Amino acid sequence: MTTVSTSTSKAAADQAGGSLRFYGVWLIGIAVLIVLPLVFSSGGSLTSFSLIGIAIVFALSYNILLGQTGLLSFGHAVHYGLGGFAACHMMNAVVSHGWPIPLPFIPLFGGLGGLVFAIIIGWVMTKRAGTVFAMISLGIGELVASSSLILRSVFGGEAGITTDRTALPKMLGWSFGPQLQVYYLIAFWLVLSAIAMYALTRTPLGRISNAVRDNPERVQFIGYDPHVVRYLAFCFAGFFAGVAGSLAAINFEIANSAYLGAIQSGLVLFATFIGGTAYFFGPILGAILVTYLQLGLTNVTSVWQLYFGIIFIGIVMFAPGGIAGLVMMHRPLVRAGTLWTVIPSYLVAIVPTVALACGVILTIEIIARYSGGDAINLFGIAFNPASRVTWIAAAVLLVGGFLVARLTWRRIADAWDRAATVARDRGYLA
Amino acid sequence: MTAAIEVRAVEKRFGNVGIIRDLNLSVAKGERHAIIGPNGAGKSTTFNLISGHIKPTSGEVKLNGDLISGLRPFEINRRGLSRSFQVTNVFARMTVWENVRCAVLWATGHRYAFWKNVDSLPEVRERTAQILDDIHLTHRRDVPAGLLTYAEQRELEIGITIASGATVVMLDEPTAGMSHAETDRAVSLIRRLTEEKTLVIVEHDMSVVFGLADRISVLVYGHIIASGTPEEIRRDPKVKEAYLGEEAH
Repeated sequence: MTTVSTSTSKAAADQAGGSLRFYGVWLIGIAVLIVLPLVFSSGGSLTSFSLIGIAIVFALSYNILLGQTGLLSFGHAVHYGLGGFAACHMMNAVVSHGWPIPLPFIPLFGGLGGLVFAIIIGWVMTKRAGTVFAMISLGIGELVASSSLILRSVFGGEAGITTDRTALPKMLGWSFGPQLQVYYLIAFWLVLSAIAMYALTRTPLGRISNAVRDNPERVQFIGYDPHVVRYLAFCFAGFFAGVAGSLAAINFEIANSAYLGAIQSGLVLFATFIGGTAYFFGPILGAILVTYLQLGLTNVTSVWQLYFGIIFIGIVMFAPGGIAGLVMMHRPLVRAGTLWTVIPSYLVAIVPTVALACGVILTIEIIARYSGGDAINLFGIAFNPASRVTWIAAAVLLVGGFLVARLTWRRIADAWDRAATVARDRGYLA
Repeated sequence: MTAAIEVRAVEKRFGNVGIIRDLNLSVAKGERHAIIGPNGAGKSTTFNLISGHIKPTSGEVKLNGDLISGLRPFEINRRGLSRSFQVTNVFARMTVWENVRCAVLWATGHRYAFWKNVDSLPEVRERTAQILDDIHLTHRRDVPAGLLTYAEQRELEIGITIASGATVVMLDEPTAGMSHAETDRAVSLIRRLTEEKTLVIVEHDMSVVFGLADRISVLVYGHIIASGTPEEIRRDPKVKEAYLGEEAH
């Protein structure tokens, strides 16, 4: 009996500590969002932060489908785009009718735009999961994207629908002309959406969505219709994608067909998967990384999509849990106190792995140069792609880097096995 | 008194092949009823027909007097019939606790709620804890179901099946692949958890069947050739010939 009571009081203490840590993480996140533009105040960083905020909302909404309900959608940008168009039309209507609706309320209408479409199309789409759902989502995505160029009155054709966010009624003296004010508006909706989407994962519907993801057949024998579960998850995902799209519309003061196309759908899948679908914070990491890469790489190289592809393949093959999975993999080791046994092998592996990466980059850039790309200027060093030295350097880095890196990777695997065994013995790993 | 399960002239064909033909089965309320028969006799198909996993080609199935044939599995489950699976069928990436809790949610009326915190529903928590205690998996509550041992997964399977509090419980070979000790444990678990409930069980282990069942039905080639108490079944010449004879040599 005593053991029972100690274990319950320990559990209670764990729970209290857990909830403290839990709220701590959220408060730190909010504090970072508030302080960030004060530390990095250049126009360029404000724009980057705004885009990252939008990408996070979008990726989190996508993960309601992919990570939580097990639905692979190739057309999630439809809701994003329709949210953007709904926001633009709403903003123009507010201005022309003189309605007393200030800008911060607009994302709500964008969300409704995404939601209404999800309600209409979702029941048919979510009848089946798996390949059927993926194919239908692809079809619907293309259908809506091509309609956007045809239905000019709604989508504005090639030019899209423009709007003026400063023409709306002011709120608390904010005109939302300066990028800083737009950033805070995005940050506000990011926090609101993230809390709402996190809360959703902790509801009965959220948990049953996980069950549908794991085993839709069994769900039917505990009283649930997996079709209804998928449909509801789809509607929530559509709403928050609409919020993200409307934030983009507010940021750029335009919505056009690019918002709801396959590229946008691909990017959100990409960001979510790279970040990791199994943890709530995975898509946040993915959205940050992918947006930064997108902004950074486009200035550096003309073949930036190629790097995206390589990263994606690398993650799919070697770290299917994404970045979040890689991070969380270490948690049992940290708890068991065996992380330090792995770190030396990591440090040893860094040098040849970086050499291999440089070899890959150099090879790609040489090929890109010969197929009509721009001159190489990597890390501020100018390379001559015609020179034999460059070729030899690329080959040495690529082959040598790979051979040495492979040895160090094995070392990591061995160190991991030992550390994991200890962690398992100490009961921190199942 | 109406029977808990009443199967009347059910037939199931896949194409031209009749798997189940003229199946008649009656399970009284509160009874422990075992279905036995050689491999391929259609025992699992019978389970699938009753639980709505597949629809009968013809005939009818009644649960507590209400027609359920043609209903979807979740509709049948909501009327108080719950079943387990021969091949372990759990939510592999979710923890043991969450597996059982998901099975509790519908019955406690929370359904598709997205406005309630699932962690702060006292009746759900208590019931989940009770079931984990019943199936002896409390110490494994935070382990993903996919990482459990085979015997533990079988126990979890039973836990999920009874979690909804269904009055009619159907277990499909719950002790398959278990050692003797594990089987004994599982049988006493089943006996305890299905008290005052109706139990239908498919089982190959004859000691389990004759130890547990009030009545036994023998299924051969999709047709029930005999139904009765263990003693009647033991004596039945048709059964001896068709089924038990094989093992008696």
